[in-house]
Amino acid sequence: MGTSVGTAAETSRRPSFALVPRLRSRAVAVVGILLLALVAFWLVENAVHDIRQFALVSLNGITNGSIYALVAIGYTLVYGILELINFAHGDVFSWGAMITYSVAISWLGASGHSGIALFGILAVGLVCAALFCATLNMAVERVAYRRLRNAPRLAPLITAIGMSFVLSNLIAVVYGFNYVSSEPLLPRGALFTIGGQAYGWDKLIVLLITVPTLVSLMIVVKRTRWGKAMRATAQNRDAARLMGIDVDRAIAFAFGLGGALAGIGGFVYLVYFTQGRFDLGFRIGLFAFTAAVLGGIGNILGAALGGYLIGFIENYNSGLTWHAPGPSWTESLVFILLILILVFRPHGLLGESLSTRS
Amino acid sequence: MRRPRLPALPAATRTPLARLLVAACFCALLIYPWIYSKYLTTTLTQWLPDTSTAFVILAFTVMGLGLNFVVGYAGLLDLGYVAFFAAGAYIAGFLASEQFANAGSVVFGGTVLPGTPGIHLSPWLVILIAAIFTALLGIVIGIPTLRLRGDYLAIVTLGFGEIIPQFVRNGDNLGGFNLTNGSFGMNGIDGLGFGNRVHHAIHALPANFLNELDSRWYYWTALALVVVTIVSSILLRDSRLGRAWIAIREDEDAAAAMGVPLMRTKTLSYAIGAFFGGAAGALITLQAGATSPDAFSLQVSIFVLSMVILGGIGNVWGVALGGILLAYVNYKGLFAAGNTFNSTFGTNVDIPEYSYLIYGVAIVLFMLVRPEGLIPSARRRAELHEEEEEENLVPESSTA
Repeated sequence: MGTSVGTAAETSRRPSFALVPRLRSRAVAVVGILLLALVAFWLVENAVHDIRQFALVSLNGITNGSIYALVAIGYTLVYGILELINFAHGDVFSWGAMITYSVAISWLGASGHSGIALFGILAVGLVCAALFCATLNMAVERVAYRRLRNAPRLAPLITAIGMSFVLSNLIAVVYGFNYVSSEPLLPRGALFTIGGQAYGWDKLIVLLITVPTLVSLMIVVKRTRWGKAMRATAQNRDAARLMGIDVDRAIAFAFGLGGALAGIGGFVYLVYFTQGRFDLGFRIGLFAFTAAVLGGIGNILGAALGGYLIGFIENYNSGLTWHAPGPSWTESLVFILLILILVFRPHGLLGESLSTRS
Repeated sequence: MRRPRLPALPAATRTPLARLLVAACFCALLIYPWIYSKYLTTTLTQWLPDTSTAFVILAFTVMGLGLNFVVGYAGLLDLGYVAFFAAGAYIAGFLASEQFANAGSVVFGGTVLPGTPGIHLSPWLVILIAAIFTALLGIVIGIPTLRLRGDYLAIVTLGFGEIIPQFVRNGDNLGGFNLTNGSFGMNGIDGLGFGNRVHHAIHALPANFLNELDSRWYYWTALALVVVTIVSSILLRDSRLGRAWIAIREDEDAAAAMGVPLMRTKTLSYAIGAFFGGAAGALITLQAGATSPDAFSLQVSIFVLSMVILGGIGNVWGVALGGILLAYVNYKGLFAAGNTFNSTFGTNVDIPEYSYLIYGVAIVLFMLVRPEGLIPSARRRAELHEEEEEENLVPESSTA
């Protein structure tokens, strides 16, 4: 097998994260713009076709997207600091849903209550899920990732995959392999109707939980000392250490914060969809990771934006009537989107160009 | 213009003892079906796989060895290897069943009677075509994705590992055309054999393994494929291409600076890995006689990846051992252990159900305690412990 030494063009190419050498970048850009135009045309055509359906599907997309946004931020926080795809994050989310089930439904019996009592029970469930998942995520970091911080890059990634299997199968050990499900907890009455189809209260309540959570996260990251320490660690770990920042604690804080958001996401998922299972986090986790990449991994605002975009894509694909591939293709579409972003715009919508550390 | 070759590195397999060990293992595997059927007591057969299970174990070992080209040699983490398994399985289904009965009857060395509707090529040809097609698929998937680094590549391959089964599942209505039977999968796929024409010409060769002999022939076919894969691994590893892979694995930028064509080298590793994945997928399908989209999940990719990690990333003997061990545990060991556990303690725990919990724990423990695997490759061990030695000298590398 004799492979010849690379040509001059290949060897002179700067090995960087930039995907395409300059000559081809224009052609790639044109293809990318054409693809975008095609999607835009499809959306406009659908909107004209049935504007009411389009509006309702968009509103549903915001609700689903806010769950993806919560999970996506966990990926982006960790990646921003460690450059590690925390595969186990989706399964931390599943644990959030299951803990909510245990606390709010099995233990406190939420489905038998209403009004203020129900509100209180759900609040307890939310806090328990968030605390549990924060602790779980920090424990995963302590046990599995901290020792590998200086190992070759694939080692912690493979460990993360292993942790993902451990966490999801532990759910199966505790809760079994089947779905756990509850009565509908949130009021599902119509808030308003568009073209004869109702927009339920539950969808608004999901937004009332998730949007303030996202806003307060931004405040924590931007305004508090802990957030500042975390951002400094993400920017330059050595410099942060020299400035007296406890890097280990800052990293643990990022995992805790991400875990808490995943826990809240799991809570919202369980009370909104009323069911959960051990492998719940696989699909949601991958969608959320795609969202984080879409928004520009490492960028918190970008992750939230990406989450909402994925929510739109999922709902447009399954809800629109004019030439939509339908729900059986959703995962393929999301993954194709992921591949396209990585090929055409690896730094995402809002991200800066990525580092070349290999 | 050929450059003068550097002398190959001395490899562990060149010591006489190691050679003897390999030869002994091979002989033991070769005569295993006889030993199993003639000499073993029932207590032992409870723990040892029968010949068809041993076939599956060897076929999955081929997949582990194939993935070793990608993960072990070139250092590219592929989490979607199941896509190649699926591709091989479905190509075998297309070319050796009544799936395309509308196309009339195309029997070319197939193990069915002439005039049977559908396409029935010779199974040997089917395995080869499936492998080649899967290798081409690997190139098609590789060209846009292999430019990505490390963990991004892992996620994208994982995406392909999900897209291809979903395509297969939805493939019963592609613009009205039924390609794959959707979630029902394909049934009635031909078995291995030499076809009637060859059988009449050379009576020693059976027309159809299933009719004329027993599962032993499948076992030996899988063993032959394992040997072919191991020999290819060793030859390629010691070739110019293999050195280029290892250079990329150790430091991509340095390799590029030394004139290793990155894309071509990576794509070749991907295509060769896909080749063996496709061959193993086709072989498994021809033995099972059926295939369905449920067989292709992320878990299979992780299972095959665990073989590579457990055995020793980049060491062909380690991966062969890891593959046989892990596949044995998955297809026989856990059932036997579960039965023994339950009968001893009078419990009713379904231990195989939690196999992926066990694999997950195993992956984490191995990466933390012994990242180089059971039988490490000397180079890889040096790479993995390089940073630990440097740690005391220089501060950890900047992440900015």
